[in-house]
Amino acid sequence: MSVSVRVPAQLRTLTGGEAHVAVEGATVGAVLKALDVAHPGFADRIFDTDGTLRRFVNVFLADEDVRFLDGLDTPVADGQTLSIVPAVAGG
Amino acid sequence: MDFVTGLRCRECARTYPAAALHVCDYCFGPLEVAYDYEALRASVTRAEIESGPQTIWRYASLLPVSDPHPIDLGAGCTPLVRADRLAAELGLGELWIKNDTANPTGSFKDRVVSVALTKARQLGFKVAACASTGNLANAVAAHAARAGMVSVVFIPRDLEVAKIVTTAVYGGHVVAVEGTYDDVNRLCAELTSEHPTWAFVNVNVRTYYAEGSKTLAFEVAEQLGWQAPDHVIVPVASGSQLTKVAKGFTELHAVGLLDEEPHVRVSGAQAAGCSPVATAFAEGTDAIRPVKPHTVAKSLAIGNPADGWYALQTVRSSGGAFESVTDEEILDGIRLLARTEGIFAETAGGVTIATLAKLAAQGVVRRDERVVAYVTGHGLKTVEALVSSVGPSVTIAPTMEAFHRAVDIDVDVIGGAR
Repeated sequence: MSVSVRVPAQLRTLTGGEAHVAVEGATVGAVLKALDVAHPGFADRIFDTDGTLRRFVNVFLADEDVRFLDGLDTPVADGQTLSIVPAVAGG
Repeated sequence: MDFVTGLRCRECARTYPAAALHVCDYCFGPLEVAYDYEALRASVTRAEIESGPQTIWRYASLLPVSDPHPIDLGAGCTPLVRADRLAAELGLGELWIKNDTANPTGSFKDRVVSVALTKARQLGFKVAACASTGNLANAVAAHAARAGMVSVVFIPRDLEVAKIVTTAVYGGHVVAVEGTYDDVNRLCAELTSEHPTWAFVNVNVRTYYAEGSKTLAFEVAEQLGWQAPDHVIVPVASGSQLTKVAKGFTELHAVGLLDEEPHVRVSGAQAAGCSPVATAFAEGTDAIRPVKPHTVAKSLAIGNPADGWYALQTVRSSGGAFESVTDEEILDGIRLLARTEGIFAETAGGVTIATLAKLAAQGVVRRDERVVAYVTGHGLKTVEALVSSVGPSVTIAPTMEAFHRAVDIDVDVIGGAR
């Protein structure tokens, strides 16, 4: 599955300034791991040491928070968009 | 001059310059304004504050921006009202209402927006934007109009009519989004990356914005004769306001404006239809699970609260509690406050009062405490919530006969109407 990942400004130093990156993977977790392989440093920034998403990182698949889906195990479909968004916003 | 030394990540303590940054580039933790407390302690005095303007800007030294001409509609210095009749109904002793409905656009958001946009203008921004459940939209649109800035506010499409009208009237851009507040917030968080020249008050300048809520604590302490209360009840949406109220009291002592170290119990109020933080408190967990909101209290309908975790820690460490209340209890809370104290609150205020009543009944809020309940938005903004339960006592023809036939008001001269 090829997924387009929207990268927030804070992480674009890892993608050479690119806001959108295409990577392969069958689940949200696999896509994020593939992102780290393509652009080393992502995993360190968005995952805690235990492999879960950091408290202040939100991930959306087709604009839905993956915590309302199956989290990192959520299957992804070809052509979907995955967004990484800082959680500290709003209110 | 201001006393800001920079920004610091609350999670990993990395430091940043005082720019338009809201999250740590490394761990995504929230950035907080760092102050030179030693210099503040040597400089700031009660007398200087007391001789300042009747607005939040009397506390300018303790705010993250210094400007001789801030973007100001007169936010702050709202009444702190002794609420004896409400206290009697709830079995409490010394109860006060911080009536923040009395702000220029009718909610506490004028405080945070005045701070945020003053800083944004100083940083060179010409566009003021936000994601809002309504009150913030009002405040951003109004302050931007006053400053001659362009405003772009994003709201959920299903907001109360009054909140839409009282935003659009200022002539800025109002973008109604088909979705919940959390959808709007996600959209704005993403737009911030694409529009770095826009100041989203609660995204890229949120670090400064949030500090404005400290004035809710500063004013209460000053109004109580430079003393902190024993217990405060604060409504919780993102959780930012609650954490900053607590910080405000602590900071006043840190800079020498309070003689005694405050021990303020902080309790949080949520609507049952959107209570992710109250639920985590009740379950004794640190994990705040996001929810899909369904509540009459739309201004508190944030299912994925940015500062929920900090609000939870603040409440726990202060010895306070969280409670949540149903829509029916919220409307009862609005009527109770109106009936006993003559203050008309919006639904979020109903959440605060209903939660206060619940915590008082549980013995969590005690009779021997000096209690302050924060009522942060005006009832006229959410009249829709009440139209089915409040109206004329009777409708009559314009004749004496009709009046006497229909109305029998028994007035006890000493006690008033019954």
